[in-house]
Amino acid sequence: MKITHILGAAALSFSALLSGTAFAADINGAGASFPAPVYQAWAAAYKEKTGTGLNYQSIGSGGGQNQIVNRTVDFGASDAPMKDDKLESANLLQFPTVIGSVVAIFNLDGVDSLVLDGPVLAEIYQGKITKWNDPKIAALNKGAKLPETAIVPVYRSDSSGTSFVFTSYLASANGDWKSAVGAATSVQWPVGAGAKGNEGVAGTVKNTKGAIGYVEFIYAAANKLTAADLVNKAGKVVKPETKAFMEAAAAADWKGAKNFAASMIDTAGPGAWPITSATYILLPKNPTNATQSAEAIKFFNWAYTAEGDAVAEKLHYIPLPDSVVTDIKKAWATEVKADGKAVWTN
Amino acid sequence: MDATLTGNQAAMAAARKPTGRLSDPIFVGLLWTSGIFVLILLGLIIAMLFEGGLPALREFGLSFIWSTTWNPVTEVFGAGVMVFGTVFSAVIAVIIALPLSFGIAFFLTEIAPQQLRRPIGVAIQLLAAIPSIIYGMWGFFVIVPLMAAYVQPPLIEWLGPIPVLGALFQGPPLGAGMLTAGLIMAIMILPFITAMFVEVLESVPPMIKESAYGVGATTYEVYRNVSVPYGRTAMVGAVMLGLGRALGETMAVTFVIGNATRMSVSLFAPGATIASTIANEFPEASNGSLKLQSLLELGFILFVISFIVLALSRLLVRSKLKG
Repeated sequence: MKITHILGAAALSFSALLSGTAFAADINGAGASFPAPVYQAWAAAYKEKTGTGLNYQSIGSGGGQNQIVNRTVDFGASDAPMKDDKLESANLLQFPTVIGSVVAIFNLDGVDSLVLDGPVLAEIYQGKITKWNDPKIAALNKGAKLPETAIVPVYRSDSSGTSFVFTSYLASANGDWKSAVGAATSVQWPVGAGAKGNEGVAGTVKNTKGAIGYVEFIYAAANKLTAADLVNKAGKVVKPETKAFMEAAAAADWKGAKNFAASMIDTAGPGAWPITSATYILLPKNPTNATQSAEAIKFFNWAYTAEGDAVAEKLHYIPLPDSVVTDIKKAWATEVKADGKAVWTN
Repeated sequence: MDATLTGNQAAMAAARKPTGRLSDPIFVGLLWTSGIFVLILLGLIIAMLFEGGLPALREFGLSFIWSTTWNPVTEVFGAGVMVFGTVFSAVIAVIIALPLSFGIAFFLTEIAPQQLRRPIGVAIQLLAAIPSIIYGMWGFFVIVPLMAAYVQPPLIEWLGPIPVLGALFQGPPLGAGMLTAGLIMAIMILPFITAMFVEVLESVPPMIKESAYGVGATTYEVYRNVSVPYGRTAMVGAVMLGLGRALGETMAVTFVIGNATRMSVSLFAPGATIASTIANEFPEASNGSLKLQSLLELGFILFVISFIVLALSRLLVRSKLKG
């Protein structure tokens, strides 16, 4: 008698355990490494609030795209927006989450602040400007004492969204760069040395006299690195700071962009930082598991609240403009469907 | 006497039989499976690399192997720079590691006092146990700045202007580059080569060495004329093994080689190896893209290079044995 009781209780608790795990399944995502810190911070805060966890694997944008096309995760993440025809063929909804910026760091004895612009940066990375006292750099830095040190350009050796954003800027600012090198997650760099990751670039710049490199603003800010000011499209000198990034986000043409792929590179805003870009989430429009997709949308819906914004800002990411968030929510409610029914409604 | 022995053997055989009859075929079967498993695994890996890289080979033709363009933007890929970088850096590593290994091995077997042999031996074994990424970080934070500040500038100044030879010492003193990568790899393969050298030198019959000392040979002469010739074949094998390891080294090299897909024969120029390029480019290579196929083809080429090195070492060892 007793044994059957125990067995019955065990079976009951076991089934409860099973259904319990099925109910509170964690959301699975994979992709870009640039937003990984904020996704993980959001995940921790969200789990505390709702009990639903998020496993985010920071495996790179290419990996994220592969995994969501194969539907092995609930959502993919990519720094560079996916091409329209690829989104269409894979039946994916693309939307941005946060905005990040790329800044130029340098190591030059006796120089604490520096002003550069797009064409000059492109010529430095093409090997056309080789000395720090080049007249073109001097013209942007009137009154500064620039040494005759050789410039050592440093780039990301691992293919990355950061390189994509930076080379997009160089291509937009300098036609010669656009035709000779182009913009991609990795390019054939004409000169310079490559280092792995933000920390590799920052370390190499620190080690090498006369070096210049580019890193994500979140990395530069967290490590208190000095970054150069840039001349933007409006001809104004802007400092790499949150205000300038937000202005770039506001100046982007969100309404005219397909799949939210609005370019924030070299926008016309007078105070806009020219090397700014959003990072994206890829979500199936025809989810095989509607519950999981709905959970993922709920997660990002929370991430867009003031609570989520605060987490992002603490890590130096820039939240999206409100009007964009409204449009994203509209897209969720109308485009993500399982069996003809929207999986999420606002 | 004979009768008791055969009697004993018969008794032992009888005692073993009940288990032997069943367990032996199973044991032999397991051994066969393990042996064949390795062959199948190797075959599958080669097939996967070959099949995955085939579209790239079809697109670019055989010139993929020596073409020096690697442009992800225009999707034109060639393995030339990486093949050169892989072989060049590995050869530098062996050139640096070889004399050091000889020195350490002979010191340990002939000169070192007994109390010192163990600590040095253990230290070398520990070098082999350090993970590759640690060497990479150490190289990046310690060796690269040292090279940039103290080694490369004088070498560029003194040796750079020499015709022909000077080509090896060109470019800005970045710190990172072929020589630094070779140096780090030399330290990584040192323990392997040294350990095998020690084994070889220890296997030299003491009688031969004593006779050499007896007829008045110096330490160097014994080393040069007795020990080394005695173990030459095994030593060649050890060096080839080190070369093989250097060819495939990935993480440490990625940190210190400078990662530039440009051709340069300068020791100080940044370059790339096959393994470092795969490590750098793989995360952003999407399924079915030409880039991924080219990376798989690179992997196949590395496989072939390693195979050639192994085959060469076998050939060398065999010819030496005949001679």
